[in-house]
Amino acid sequence: MTPRRQRMALIAAVVAGVAVSVALALVAFRENVLLFFSPTEVVAGEAPTERGFRLGGMVAEGSVSREEGSLTVEFVVTDFANSIPVSYTGLLPDLFGEGQGVVARGQLNTDGSFDAEEVLAKHDENYMPPEVAEALERAHPEGSP
Amino acid sequence: MIPELGQFALVLALGLALIQASLPLIGAAQGRDEWIALARPMAAGQFVFVAAAFLILTHAFTIDDFSVRYVAMHSNTALPFAYKVAAVWGGHEGSLLLWMLILAGWTLAVAAASRSLPEAYAARVIGVLGIVSVGILSFMLLTSNPFDRLLPAAVDGNDLNPLLQDPAFAIHPPMLYLGYVGFSVPFAFAVAALLTGSLDKRWARWTRPWTLGAWLFQTLGIALGSWWAYYELGWGGWWFWDPVENASFMPWLAGTALIHSLAVTDRRGIFKSWTILLAILAFSLSLLGTFIVRSGLLTSVHAFASDPERGLFILMLLMLITGGALVLYAMRAGRMEAEGGFKLVSREAFLLLNNILLVVATGLVLVGTLYPMVLDAAGYGTVSVGPPYFNTTFSIPMLPLVLLLGLGMHASWLGMRGETLVRKLVPAAIIAVLGGIVLTVVVSRGLDNVLTPIGIIAGLWVVIASFWDPIMRLVRRESRTVPLSRAQWGMIVAHAGVGLFVLGVTVTSAFTIESDQAMAPGDSASIAGFDFEFRGVREVEGPNYDAYEAEVAVRRNGSPVTLLAPQKRVYRVQRNPMTEAAIDPALRRDLFVALGEPLGGNAWSVRIQYRPMLRFVWLGALLMALGGLLAATDRRYRAEQRQAAEVTPGRLVGNTETA
Repeated sequence: MTPRRQRMALIAAVVAGVAVSVALALVAFRENVLLFFSPTEVVAGEAPTERGFRLGGMVAEGSVSREEGSLTVEFVVTDFANSIPVSYTGLLPDLFGEGQGVVARGQLNTDGSFDAEEVLAKHDENYMPPEVAEALERAHPEGSP
Repeated sequence: MIPELGQFALVLALGLALIQASLPLIGAAQGRDEWIALARPMAAGQFVFVAAAFLILTHAFTIDDFSVRYVAMHSNTALPFAYKVAAVWGGHEGSLLLWMLILAGWTLAVAAASRSLPEAYAARVIGVLGIVSVGILSFMLLTSNPFDRLLPAAVDGNDLNPLLQDPAFAIHPPMLYLGYVGFSVPFAFAVAALLTGSLDKRWARWTRPWTLGAWLFQTLGIALGSWWAYYELGWGGWWFWDPVENASFMPWLAGTALIHSLAVTDRRGIFKSWTILLAILAFSLSLLGTFIVRSGLLTSVHAFASDPERGLFILMLLMLITGGALVLYAMRAGRMEAEGGFKLVSREAFLLLNNILLVVATGLVLVGTLYPMVLDAAGYGTVSVGPPYFNTTFSIPMLPLVLLLGLGMHASWLGMRGETLVRKLVPAAIIAVLGGIVLTVVVSRGLDNVLTPIGIIAGLWVVIASFWDPIMRLVRRESRTVPLSRAQWGMIVAHAGVGLFVLGVTVTSAFTIESDQAMAPGDSASIAGFDFEFRGVREVEGPNYDAYEAEVAVRRNGSPVTLLAPQKRVYRVQRNPMTEAAIDPALRRDLFVALGEPLGGNAWSVRIQYRPMLRFVWLGALLMALGGLLAATDRRYRAEQRQAAEVTPGRLVGNTETA
């Protein structure tokens, strides 16, 4: 190849590579992007029931319960305006607790409860997941929760 | 008083950096030798003052000076001494100081090892590094001063985040930063080459060992981070496609492409402008990574700072440095002349494919990482892009990459007949396919994915193809041929590492078995042929934490394998519970047990994992780094330096020593 044709080939290859990568990204996105909803948005019917999403808020005080010896735990996620009951089977993160910020990934049932496949908690006591802080802010614009 | 001296040292370092970033560059442009000669002394002085600031902060940690806000936030009198030292980089401000120290260190290394380069060129390289220093130092002094006082002083400190109280954590950030920041050196070499205007291929030869050095540290840093996440985060994953991980992975991918494209530019004098662009890209991705981690956009253990002002500052720095370099590139790239073409079946062509595939992979990770942040910043709501996206899209460029790798490393420069290349490697391919099928049958427990045997075969293929030359030499008892050079061994070892890595990733992701169990004393769970017996939980006491410790006996066919003791710790100062998993590591498989929480009665939740060949993932990364070390220390780079020094001794002395 001459230097000129070689350069053209290089540019063509890079363009093709970028095009393929964008196409792949778009396809994979459609399947793997998870939206985030607060309890208020879920109650308002904005969240989908046919696919999974992430639900965030605070774990309501006194709402964590489990049957003795069972891996399944139930708790309520609230933004202090609305609440969603959540059920999860498995190990909870270290910093999970009542009155703590939490993000749950899972599916909404038709009865309005939420089945979580994964539960994430904040990493330290000064830190609140930004999504959760924002959701709380939206539910209570003037006062601090 | 001493902490104020630390701050003063930073201010002095900034002053020297300002001189380093201006006069040598102007001097090089106007041919003023006395300004050019300022570059090295300024770099040395800057290092001294940054190091002094770093030592002063370390000192404040070791004497528990809680009148310094940063120390009070991240240390505690009860913290073991080694962690007090490591706590220096346990938060945002100290991490930046470490970043800066390493930048000053790389600059000093360049200043010391660039005597064989033309003086004006070396001055430009050091000047460009000075510009980066100015940015980082002013960032620290304006937004993130580690020496800020806390009045009145705290009685005791807030303690280091328990997750970070760990040996791997102590060395993970320095390694990672050595890599991250190290990419500033090829960046500076590239920008200096653009400034010089005469872009011959010598530039690539000088840059290669530096790029390899940065790359090998980053390889180690990422591997350490992955290992730490595996045993310390407590959930048994080794890679989460977390934005922070991606932030370090993207410059690594671009840096890997850069290493290969530098080889082509060095050997053949082609791909010049592409190589320069990659050097700019690799460092820009490092800065972008710093922005992602430091801007507080993330839900992550790394997101110490949630201060928008800081994020904005880094973003502006990123735009100035990357934007400036790209404008210069646009102005000068047209001057670059390729010194020849290349043939379809040649080392050059394979390396071109390598570059395209690596850049595509970088792009895919970049899109998945930035998309949620951009969407969020634009007010379109909060989304997250999960691991399935990355796993799916990333493997698409990676599979052809590893398959072509085996061929490419046997292709000759300048071109060869395709038939010759294929014939040479047919036996290696046959061994890889047969071995892969056998291995799949051995490790498999119900095959559900066709990609698994393909991944195993690809991994074996790369390992065998890498060692094919030395093996053939042994088999044929060829003693008359020239021995393999250190650079060739570097290539062989690093590529074998890629093969082991692919093998490890494939097997461990396909055949890992994970199970969450509710277990009371005496309960037993059977996983992958191992019996895990839960014997109960007792309380134990550590230096700065209290813990529940479970005893889990593992047996296989009745004979004992190991006794695991996972803990649930509560650190006394921060009162946060933390999972300390227990792991029985082996080359063939890892057994992992993490203790969850009490479930009422005597029962606890327990996570049990069986992970075959996980160690191959890190072993592969280690071999890659070792290969990088071998290649970076090849004789030809040193020979070149000696040669150049012999040719122009007078000029070197004239420009530096007498200044």
